[in-house]
Amino acid sequence: MYRVAESEELADRIFLQWIQAPHVARNARAGQFLIVRIDDHGERVPLTISAVDGDLVRIVFMAVGKTTRQLSTLRRGDSVRDVVGPLGRPSDIRRYGTVAVVGGGAGIASTPIIARAAAEAGNHVIGIIGARNAGLLILEEEMRGICDELHVATDDGSRGRHGFAADVLKDVMARQKIDCAWVIGPAIMMKVTSEATRRAGVRTFVSLNPIMVDGTGMCGSCRVTVGGLTRFACVDGPEFDAHLVNFDLLMQRQRTYPEEERLSLERYQEHTCRCQEGDHRG
Amino acid sequence: MADRTPGARIHDFAEVDSGLTPEEAITEAERCLSCKKPACVQGCPVEIDIPAFLSSVAVGDFLAAARTIRENNLLPAICGRVCPQEVQCEGECILGGKETPVRIGELERFVADYERGQGMAVPEVAGPTWKRVAVVGSGPAGLTAAAELARLGHEVTVYESLHEPGGVLVYGIPEFRLPKEIVRAEIDLLREMGVKILTDQLAGASITVPELLEYDAVFIGTGAGLPYFMGIPGEQLPGVYSANEFLTRVNLMHADRFPEYDTPVRHAARVVVAGGGNVAMDAARVARRLGARVSLVYRRREEDLPARRAEVVRAREEGVEFVLCANPVRVLGDQSVTGVECQRMEMCELDLSGRPEPAPVPGSFFVIDADMFIEAIGQGPNPLLIRKLEGITYGRRGNIEVDDEGRSPLPRVYAAGDVATGAATVILAMGGAKKAARAIDRMLRDTDPEQA
Ligand SMILES: Cc1cc2nc3c(=O)[nH]c(=O)nc-3n(C[C@H](O)[C@H](O)[C@H](O)COP(=O)(O)OP(=O)(O)OC[C@H]3O[C@@H](n4cnc5c(N)ncnc54)[C@H](O)[C@@H]3O)c2cc1C
Ligand SMILES: Cc1cc2nc3c(=O)[nH]c(=O)nc-3n(C[C@H](O)[C@H](O)[C@H](O)COP(=O)(O)OP(=O)(O)OC[C@H]3O[C@@H](n4cnc5c(N)ncnc54)[C@H](O)[C@@H]3O)c2cc1C
Ligand code: SF4
Ligand code: SF4
Ligand code: FES
Repeated sequence: MYRVAESEELADRIFLQWIQAPHVARNARAGQFLIVRIDDHGERVPLTISAVDGDLVRIVFMAVGKTTRQLSTLRRGDSVRDVVGPLGRPSDIRRYGTVAVVGGGAGIASTPIIARAAAEAGNHVIGIIGARNAGLLILEEEMRGICDELHVATDDGSRGRHGFAADVLKDVMARQKIDCAWVIGPAIMMKVTSEATRRAGVRTFVSLNPIMVDGTGMCGSCRVTVGGLTRFACVDGPEFDAHLVNFDLLMQRQRTYPEEERLSLERYQEHTCRCQEGDHRG
Repeated sequence: MADRTPGARIHDFAEVDSGLTPEEAITEAERCLSCKKPACVQGCPVEIDIPAFLSSVAVGDFLAAARTIRENNLLPAICGRVCPQEVQCEGECILGGKETPVRIGELERFVADYERGQGMAVPEVAGPTWKRVAVVGSGPAGLTAAAELARLGHEVTVYESLHEPGGVLVYGIPEFRLPKEIVRAEIDLLREMGVKILTDQLAGASITVPELLEYDAVFIGTGAGLPYFMGIPGEQLPGVYSANEFLTRVNLMHADRFPEYDTPVRHAARVVVAGGGNVAMDAARVARRLGARVSLVYRRREEDLPARRAEVVRAREEGVEFVLCANPVRVLGDQSVTGVECQRMEMCELDLSGRPEPAPVPGSFFVIDADMFIEAIGQGPNPLLIRKLEGITYGRRGNIEVDDEGRSPLPRVYAAGDVATGAATVILAMGGAKKAARAIDRMLRDTDPEQA
């Protein structure tokens, strides 16, 4: 069992938690992830390691389905059954020169740890974070503290620039030379944004989020096509050269279980409603 | 065999073979001739004193039989169920020439089940040596090494990356062939012997290689869990699974009971399984139990199927359709699998192992409609940890090279099981692990001046 040390709602449906998992915290590096299983009936879900502090690891997640919603109800002092990690290869952090770290939506969760590592390696770090609206923008202050400059965009213009993170990145690339970029967010956002960096000839990393089971290279559920080759995102990634990734296949595989995901969520919501009505109390 | 009827068993995951009754066991054991030079023992990789245990069974002293077996085999309830006896102990039995060999495996299973029913005694553990050994992986190899080392008085810590120990025994082999409760009982026994089992710990990540090397010795039993894919077009479509993924979802994550359990698996009406080994049979039979029509496509002939004979028979009884001398060449579908295109194969000249080499027949393509495709074409050692071990050498199949006592070129690092042999069997993993554990023990005592 692993104790939840802190739990907070950062924005509408986006939650931040610190979990006590010394074996994960000890060796975790930027770009790696962990797998959580809440209880004996739970699914193993992958989440990026967003920060580390002593024995604690931080996760930031969007409550989209059954597991992430259930996770979001956990409070300080509650615990989860399993935490596995650190998984995946760390980000390829080097002294590139000027680096852009771009996060979209819940993908912003992954950016501070990468931005910090890139800054510590002596890079000039430009942060770009984008969300649908101001209410969904997360970790802005933290990113501002880490990056040499931070740009903000919202789809509806309610904060920062009106538009997508990709638009901001294009402007930045037009103004100055970027040596390397990280782009992390929903698959479609990564696809579009890395098209822009491809045209500009900027080396780009994306962090892929296929459906996983074990996270250790044992099942192949997470296979993705990179440069025409089959790679396992959990061990060969999750970060890959954006310009070699086949995003369409990734998105197609992400839609393997639409019916099951809906059913699982409905059943969970029904159950929690009944709980709130008192069925499960006393 | 005391198999439940196919009609009953394809609707659940309860064990297929319900085992022998005490009377049947005694009668069967009485058939043994108590050979002076028992051929059967030579066929057993861990050299169980088979005639001795059979003679205890014949007189109804099942606990004495259990003690005899346990001298050489710590997981008898498991081996009795999953060993390919027909090519091992039973394959060598002298009675096999004229009549049928003694059903040694079933008797071993019977004895082990009887013993468990009586409450198992915790094996004696020698006084502490104050040596610490790390065991990586908790499959048959890791469990055997841990038990053996604990028995010899060493302090053992097992690192397992999954949330449940047991390796293939829990995530691969289905409940209807090996009830998980049996694996759990064996693991509980290990814990009672003082073995520390840490789950959720990926060696090479949660614990790094330098940290592992701080132990007095390291045993690597990480298995061969990395699934191979055929590399054919359409493989990325939703609905295409490795057998490992499919079996893990059902066995370890209980996807057959979705949504009571959160992990889903596709509910397919028509499934094609590629492969002919135990893994393919298990995948096909699990898919049957989930309600699908199942075709198993194998590129060679019936007699070449590498799976255990008994499991092939059972798969067929359960309605798995065998499409032999054929090979999948393409997965069809736009958003999801709709069929598998196959090509007929013909058998040509013999290959190195003496089997005819299959070659595709030009133009002989045909399509099997399917909404799920499961590939069970083999697996190799997971490179994650072992590629980080500087000084290790690798064999052709990506396996760690070790000598016949499990010693790797890296001092104090030993390995056995599938990671050293490539995908093999439970009993070979156990046999190798036992030798390695003994070699570790000798090494630890030699390097300790006080105990020398
Ligand atoms: C390496 C990696 C890092 C990730 N990091 C984060 C993160 O930091 N924050 C965050 O909010 N999300 C992250 N995700 C995505 C997150 O794992 C899924 O949102 C989560 O599994 C959804 O589970 P659910 O039961 O709540 O939703 P479900 O109802 O199961 O699914 C909702 C969506 O999540 C996807 N999904 C479902 N199961 C999995 C699974 N086992 N693995 C991956 N995706 C799945 C589905 O395709 C679907 O689109 C990451 C995914 C990966 C692979
Ligand atoms: C579906 C299936 C059916 C089979 N049927 C039979 C049968 O009927 N009879 C038979 O004799 N054999 C059978 N086999 C083969 C047999 O199961 C294997 O040969 C045997 O399990 C090998 O044992 P092992 O201990 O070497 O590895 P495994 O059983 O594979 O165990 C390895 C363990 O190590 C863990 N691990 C891996 N890497 C790490 C790491 N870096 N850190 C921590 N832990 C790690 C894994 O999670 C796993 O638990 C079957 C195999 C499969 C897949
Ligand atoms: S362990 Fe396996 S090979 Fe040995 S006697 Fe038992 S069933 Fe036969
Ligand atoms: S070879 Fe057969 S008959 Fe002889 S001892 Fe072994 S089991 Fe008995
Ligand atoms: S999640 Fe199973 S191999 Fe990557």
